[in-house]
Amino acid sequence: MARKEKAGVMDAAALNRTLSRITHEILEKNKGSVNLAIIGIRNRGAFLAERIVKKINEIDKSRLPLGILDITLYRDDLTAIASQPIVHKTDIPFDINGKKVVLVDDVLYTGRTIRSALDALVDFGRPREIQLAILIDRGHRELPIRADFVGKNIPTAPREIVEVRLKEVDGEDRVVIMEKEDI
Amino acid sequence: MIWKRKNLLGLEELDPEEINFILDAAGSFKEISTRPIKKVPTLRGKTVANLFFEPSTRTRMSFELAAKRLSADLINLSPSSSSLVKGETLLDTVRNIEAFKVDMMVIRHSSSGFPYSLSNLTDVSIINAGDGAHEHPTQALLDLYTIREKKRKIAGLKVAIIGDILHSRVARSNIWGLTKLGAEVILCAPPTLLPREVEKLPVKISYDFEKVIKEADILYFLRIQKEREKRSLFPSIREYVRLFGLNRFRLELLKKDCLIMHPGPVNRGIELDAEVADGPWSVILEQVTNGLAIRMAILYILSGVRTNLKKVR
Amino acid sequence: MNLLIKSGRVIDPETNLDSRVDILIEKGKITKIGKIAKIPSGFKIIDADKKIVFPGLIDLHTHLREPGEEEKETIETGTKAAARGGFTGIVAMPNTRPPVDSRSVVEFIRNQAERKGLVNVYVIGSITRERRGETLSEIADLKKAGVVALSDDGSPVLNSELMRRALEYARMFNLPIISHAEDLYLSNGGVMHEGFVSTRLGLAGIPSVAEEIGIARDIMLAEYTGGRLHLAHISTAGSVELVRRAKKKGLKVTAETCPHYFSLTDKAVETFETSSKINPPLRPEKDRQAIIKGLKDGTIDVIATDHAPHTLAEKELDYDSAPFGIVGLETALSLAVSKLLKEEKFSPLALAAKMSLNPAKILGLDKGRVQVGKVADLTIVDLNKEYTVRVEDFASKGKSSPFQGWSLQGKVEVTIVGGKVVYSNTEKVNFLQNENT
Repeated sequence: MARKEKAGVMDAAALNRTLSRITHEILEKNKGSVNLAIIGIRNRGAFLAERIVKKINEIDKSRLPLGILDITLYRDDLTAIASQPIVHKTDIPFDINGKKVVLVDDVLYTGRTIRSALDALVDFGRPREIQLAILIDRGHRELPIRADFVGKNIPTAPREIVEVRLKEVDGEDRVVIMEKEDI
Repeated sequence: MIWKRKNLLGLEELDPEEINFILDAAGSFKEISTRPIKKVPTLRGKTVANLFFEPSTRTRMSFELAAKRLSADLINLSPSSSSLVKGETLLDTVRNIEAFKVDMMVIRHSSSGFPYSLSNLTDVSIINAGDGAHEHPTQALLDLYTIREKKRKIAGLKVAIIGDILHSRVARSNIWGLTKLGAEVILCAPPTLLPREVEKLPVKISYDFEKVIKEADILYFLRIQKEREKRSLFPSIREYVRLFGLNRFRLELLKKDCLIMHPGPVNRGIELDAEVADGPWSVILEQVTNGLAIRMAILYILSGVRTNLKKVR
Repeated sequence: MNLLIKSGRVIDPETNLDSRVDILIEKGKITKIGKIAKIPSGFKIIDADKKIVFPGLIDLHTHLREPGEEEKETIETGTKAAARGGFTGIVAMPNTRPPVDSRSVVEFIRNQAERKGLVNVYVIGSITRERRGETLSEIADLKKAGVVALSDDGSPVLNSELMRRALEYARMFNLPIISHAEDLYLSNGGVMHEGFVSTRLGLAGIPSVAEEIGIARDIMLAEYTGGRLHLAHISTAGSVELVRRAKKKGLKVTAETCPHYFSLTDKAVETFETSSKINPPLRPEKDRQAIIKGLKDGTIDVIATDHAPHTLAEKELDYDSAPFGIVGLETALSLAVSKLLKEEKFSPLALAAKMSLNPAKILGLDKGRVQVGKVADLTIVDLNKEYTVRVEDFASKGKSSPFQGWSLQGKVEVTIVGGKVVYSNTEKVNFLQNENT
């Protein structure tokens, strides 16, 4: 189905500022970076997580543990889709027991991705706390999930799609709203 | 790419992209077995039936564990082969399984082609765990994965397959897999253990074991069965070992980074000396670990194929 | 030893040499072939004027009977007989007791030949363990011990699957399989050729098809497997035709026949003398003619003796009970000269090919050649000298020969092995003492 760009929401500079603000909020709420760990949800959440860890390092020189979580195997809609999506690697190279884990993702929508992520995380151990950092919250929750740290709230219609483009994978830093086009 | 096949019956019919698709997936599944909780809920509610008409401990266990770690339900059916009358009971077997509302079947049988015949009679996904001397695709896939993991590539490698090629389904599947992915395959065995016109496949043939082990990057050893001696395929186990066995004295001929592989179980003192099987070149145990990951990947991939898609075998 | 062979008619089939020249031998090797004007000192001179100098004859089919049946023949007596017959090299067929199916027996024969033998002995290993026709011998082991070929001779390998595997497996070592081709079910109980003569004599017959079916099967298996096949002692017209067709196809098949098949027919059995009892049996005239034709057109590569000695006591039984087998080392060349050279106009070159060069090639030996640099294995023959065959003079222990009393041409005068004279008809002391005894 074709998509057409409807509106730009963030450019590269805005995205960077928002990410910096989220970083500071994380440090504020947790009174520093002690016992913190950042885990990004594939695909783009992982890159955002990496940037957050870098920013924290610039602020207080600490190097927080960083993990990548692939939630494909925990999706609740596997029976409904046409064929099995490709599974990518999960890599959590540290012990999450007792840690304060901040999950990072690009867009929060129905909340099902986050539910899968919580299921997956629990199989790795028992964190002390799990917090959620999101770049864009577009509403329309289908489960009782909420983010602790939000970059921007954007009300959207169901036929719209929020695209977060990142330099690491899309070549540019930009957030846009796309519209599904009927042909 | 999108996986379209309902069944995994052999490697002969697969494209290189399809083979790579499975190998790529396996890496993610390997990681699950390193977690504290070695389970994901992916195949929850699905039922897998193990149909092993030929005795097997390792492959059956591997599939069982693969299914369970994906949270699938597994049932083991081991009908005694004496109760199998060809043709008639085939349909009966299928009907019984369908009555259990099984989603996937893993089948091992001593008769070549058995899973293929079954696949024509049912919509249930079928995974071939070894049929006669024909194919053993999951074994070859885990072998390919092991090679790729260790050597970072498959194309251009010299892989020698040594032993009773004539009766080996493992050899056949590996020949397909390796040649499709660009490796150079050398078969090393006495002429009596090579199948007729095997040179029509894109392989090289050599009877000179010591020459082969000097040049190969991978040495893949097949089991030798004593019953073959009775059929005069070779004069004696002793002579076979003298000509084609890898003992510790021949080790110095190997390339430095050579890998030694074996589908297991190893006949210590026959194909390989104990020291070789347990030594630094051997990746035999990793093959077993990778076997679990490959089988999980296959169960995952096949479970997603909807049966109302065009039935590609 | 240093020798000068003077003025002989020297024959070398490989280079087509047929001229009157001298041969200089130094330290066992041929160093010069040509006209040698000045006779060097310290050289023993052998006058070969009016004689033929052949490359040393090689017999592809000899039964030496040692180990196990030394009463019939030993390596010592067998090689003496060989030397007397002009052979510088013979094989040792593996139907001994124990049979040659393991390295230890090979080594025994080689050592014994070294100690007591007068000529070169090449060991043949058995195809199947104990020659039982059930499982393969440890062929790699035999090859390592030094066998030059494999054979179950005396018996065929009846099990076609086993013969197939033998041909395939032996390919790894490039060993020829020498096949005694026979369908034992068809030859069941026969003691002579099945034909008009056997009907008249009332003796049980061996039909030609028993041999031909065996040969046809072996040829087809050789084709199927790509193995090397040598057919022993072919005797019938049908067999010759099968080999001819196989060669036309380019298959790796060679064949041998024996002097009795081109010299005698089944009529020889009429006297009921057991010296006519051989397997394959003597055939009618039409087969004898086909054999000669096969030799002429190259279908048959080799003339071998199938020298199979038995004790007098064994052969002095009724025709049914006596064992098959006659001796042949000491009459083979004369028969070839008399029957083929003289009667059928074969050339000496052709004869030398059949009895020296071709056997050497089949066994992969650097023999059968009279050329500079080669080891001096030579046979000096007087083509014209006529003599009467007397088994009492045989060096072999076996005395059963259907040629007793025959008047033949072509007497072996001198046999030279490795530059040493091992047999001489012209000197007082006939046989060279083996220095190793």
